[in-house]
Amino acid sequence: MTELFLRAIFADNLVLSYFLGICTYLAISKRLETALGLAAAMVVVQTVTVPVNYLIHHYLLLEGAWAWLGLPDTDLTFLKLIAFIGVIAAVVQVLEMALDRYAPALYRALGVFLPLITVNCAILGGSLFMAERQYDLGESLVFGFGSGIGWALAIALLAAIRERLRYADVPAGLRGLGITFVVTGLISMGFTAFSTVSLP
Amino acid sequence: MARRNFFTPLIDENPVTLQILGICSALAVTTSMTTALTMSLALTVVLMASSGIISAMRRHIPAQIRLILQITIIASLVIVTDLILQAFAFEISKRLSIFVSLVVTNCLVLGRAEAFAMQNPVGRSILDGLGNGLGYSLILLIVGFVRELLGLGTLFGWAILPTVDSGGWYQPLGVMLLAPSAFVVLGLLIWAIRVWRPVQVEPDEYPLAEARR
Repeated sequence: MTELFLRAIFADNLVLSYFLGICTYLAISKRLETALGLAAAMVVVQTVTVPVNYLIHHYLLLEGAWAWLGLPDTDLTFLKLIAFIGVIAAVVQVLEMALDRYAPALYRALGVFLPLITVNCAILGGSLFMAERQYDLGESLVFGFGSGIGWALAIALLAAIRERLRYADVPAGLRGLGITFVVTGLISMGFTAFSTVSLP
Repeated sequence: MARRNFFTPLIDENPVTLQILGICSALAVTTSMTTALTMSLALTVVLMASSGIISAMRRHIPAQIRLILQITIIASLVIVTDLILQAFAFEISKRLSIFVSLVVTNCLVLGRAEAFAMQNPVGRSILDGLGNGLGYSLILLIVGFVRELLGLGTLFGWAILPTVDSGGWYQPLGVMLLAPSAFVVLGLLIWAIRVWRPVQVEPDEYPLAEARR
């Protein structure tokens, strides 16, 4: 479990080794403060949606899931994609209402990022990886939390670097998007070092 | 007019390098030309079909629920594409892993539906979808070309540069097959395009660096 957790954060980082959620990653990383808001929302949503999608996938979609109704041959896995997107949108909506009611300070801090997360491919990608790699419920929870933390760590690193890059004298054509990609490449290169690390 | 819809997204308004749309799936599949080409085809087909369908329905879609309708249409098209790939090209569909499914959340598809197909007639929307799909494919294939050629010495699996292992002279650059190289290659590609088309250069946010010189 610890190993899965650490792999999800470092070696199998969603952004840096699977390129998931790059659009948001590039767009919202100009300032550290906003990046941290998005990162927090990401960790919360990922930790909730992956286990919930596990339950949906395991008890409603997999072949044989309807055996107790006398339908042992029903295989609904082709509905996986639509089901996952629906679950993510619903979880984000419920989370938004719950936060608004019980933790208004956090709700205000997350602001517009919470609804935006619905169309973030890192969230959907996390759930699809869970289905492809056949994690069980505990592993899904750990994987969801770990990959959320990994994504948050990556965007915090990039935002901190970009804040300082503003004072750098970058060649005109590389300014903005270009240099951001090169920096991400260098961060990612640093993270590949973790792929050989294993726990004793 | 129609020609402009088709040609501007290729370089001048390229969805990937200028509008930062659809990069999520663009990089993961570029380790080889075969996967890059399959992914490009899948995305272009989904984009054309979704633009066409959404444009045909645009007068009947209520504004409040348009996003969920668009996502449902796109998701259905992606599921069909994914199943066709699994049926006829199982090997490649295994290598593409979850990335075909992720076309659903590709901002490019939803972006074109929302920005273009909702206001324009069917023919032009399909053409716009084709243009944007090809603009995306172009970037994907260039990055795939560089990474496969330098990383393995092959193109589409055919040996182009004979490698040291098979008795040739080329020592493959292993790093090209790892994730970091995709970011760096795309960054440099953006640089090259912006040197060629200086209109696309972003303004300096903090022009003091200019004054210091």
